[in-house]
Amino acid sequence: MTHWLITPIVLPALLAPFIVLAARYHIGIQRSFSVAGVLALIAIALGLVFQVSDGTILLYQLSDWAAPFGIVLVGDRLSTMMVLLTAVLALFVLLYAIGSGWDNRGRHFHALFQFQLMGIMGAFLTGDLFNLFVFFEVLLIASYGLMIHGGGTPRLRAGVQYVLFNLIGSTLFLFALASIYAETGTLNMADLANRVAMIGAADTVGIRVAAVLLLLVFAIKAAVVPLHFWLPSSYAEAPAPVAALFAIMTKVGAYAIIRVYTMIFPPDLSVTAGLHDVWLMPAALISVAVGMVGVLAAKKLDRLVAFAVIGSMGMVMVSISLFTPEGIAAALYYIIHSTLAGAALFLVVDLVRTGRANLDLTSQPAVVGNALTAGLFFVGAIAMAGLPPLSGFLGKLLVLNAAFESGLVVWIWAVVLGSSLIGIVGFVRAGSIVFWKAQGEAPLEDASEFERPTVLSYVAVGGLLSLLIALSVFAGQVHGYATTMAAQLFAPQPYMSKVLDTAGKLSTPAVADDHSSAKEEGH
Amino acid sequence: MEFLVASAIGILTAGGIYLTLRLRTFPVIMGISLLTYAVNVFIFASGRLTVGAPPILSDGVTTYTDPLPQALVLTAIVISFGMTAVVVMIGLGAFLGSDDDHVDDQPEASDSKAEGQS
Repeated sequence: MTHWLITPIVLPALLAPFIVLAARYHIGIQRSFSVAGVLALIAIALGLVFQVSDGTILLYQLSDWAAPFGIVLVGDRLSTMMVLLTAVLALFVLLYAIGSGWDNRGRHFHALFQFQLMGIMGAFLTGDLFNLFVFFEVLLIASYGLMIHGGGTPRLRAGVQYVLFNLIGSTLFLFALASIYAETGTLNMADLANRVAMIGAADTVGIRVAAVLLLLVFAIKAAVVPLHFWLPSSYAEAPAPVAALFAIMTKVGAYAIIRVYTMIFPPDLSVTAGLHDVWLMPAALISVAVGMVGVLAAKKLDRLVAFAVIGSMGMVMVSISLFTPEGIAAALYYIIHSTLAGAALFLVVDLVRTGRANLDLTSQPAVVGNALTAGLFFVGAIAMAGLPPLSGFLGKLLVLNAAFESGLVVWIWAVVLGSSLIGIVGFVRAGSIVFWKAQGEAPLEDASEFERPTVLSYVAVGGLLSLLIALSVFAGQVHGYATTMAAQLFAPQPYMSKVLDTAGKLSTPAVADDHSSAKEEGH
Repeated sequence: MEFLVASAIGILTAGGIYLTLRLRTFPVIMGISLLTYAVNVFIFASGRLTVGAPPILSDGVTTYTDPLPQALVLTAIVISFGMTAVVVMIGLGAFLGSDDDHVDDQPEASDSKAEGQS
């Protein structure tokens, strides 16, 4: 057993206190350690992705205790891919935070950033539902600090909403976990998958409640309508690099739904029949519609991007709630696209903010750097709205294609295509008001209060956009890999046997027999 | 005993939900605290209620209580305690900054004092 699997969690966990304790007053040292840490994370994540690309399942037993009694970390294709995506996103967000000076507008940005990464990485890698809760809390408490970074009353007010909403979500999560434990006597995901399948048809009341509660919690995280109300204010008021990093946090919810509802409550399980197509799918379709209508209706540029994120999460959820291998593969491709595009747009909004008095969608005089920012917004908006040739278009095409077999195909096609049109109109309107009409205004007499964004800021945004272009160019390869991820998710037996059959400390060869007798006791 | 514990959880949850649906920060925080108390008891009860039984292996004992929920509830208590402290601080900052403790978005630049008397 190698220790590489736990390094994405341990590295930021060690780096953050180091930054707080040793480099407290030296922003230069903080920056270099933070960037070095994220670069190391990318290298580790690449290594992990390479290791699992042939279908191997990596298992890390903490303190060498065997599952289901010990805590395990599991790396399969999906989780290592998400770790890599997080690390890459974090690099560009960090470069932007350094380039724009956001990290110096309050204390402890880099330490909180590292704790945030630790929580996200842990949530992707854990093989235990209670640990998922703990890592959710780690990433949330770091995100509370990041969300109000830099201070200011509007930000604090949005922060209160964000924290309260997430506290309610955490409480629901605990209720769900306790009911699952009461029904099955375990919280290890692989063990749960076995035990839920063993529950007789007559005793499914408790586990049904638990499954729905769990779905609610993940839907709050993924901002599925009607549980999305926390997102627009908090993403719009959060500092731009933080909002860009939060683009991955909604995907944590999507990841958790994919993981739990392919393995523990698979689509063909009679206990949770109807949960996906009757409940999740309509909610996801309404999310797409609400998001895109919000894009058209937004009065400020930052709210517009926040609603675009809701819409694109809706697309992800539409694809997930098909619960076919094609649907999940399309969802995974769209998750990568939506993370990068959402983050890039939040950063572009901040570039716009440096050149204007406010972000209202009214025509205001152009200032320096307008043309380049407009170009970046153009590319980001094309990607987010789903116009060819960028990855948003390909992603939507994959989703529509995957929905072709579904019974709801008419609804899905109608909602996705109709709301895409509304979204395009919304982005066109915003772009032309902010950038185009600015040419018609008389230039400001004294534009010296507006600083030109640094080159590093542009590099960070350009890097994200070039990743989007790469995602479009190599769409075939990425989608091929996403298909193998989905195939692995729909054949969870190797995952489960790897987790449950690997011996640990104090395990005897007779462990298999003990295990089955423990199961009998559990009921 | 099961009835007592179950009804206690139910009453705490009902009170918590009622307070959480209020508009002001303070009742909402109180409501969330009640909810976390309810969930703590709920987790504790999820390992079944056993009276006077040890959670760890000992000689000459045949009945045990489930030790895992006790560990889980400890984690949950610590986390909810910390989170409540954070939200109190942020809420206090927001209240002192804006002189208004509503949790919802107020209409922009309106006379929030006039309609905030409810």
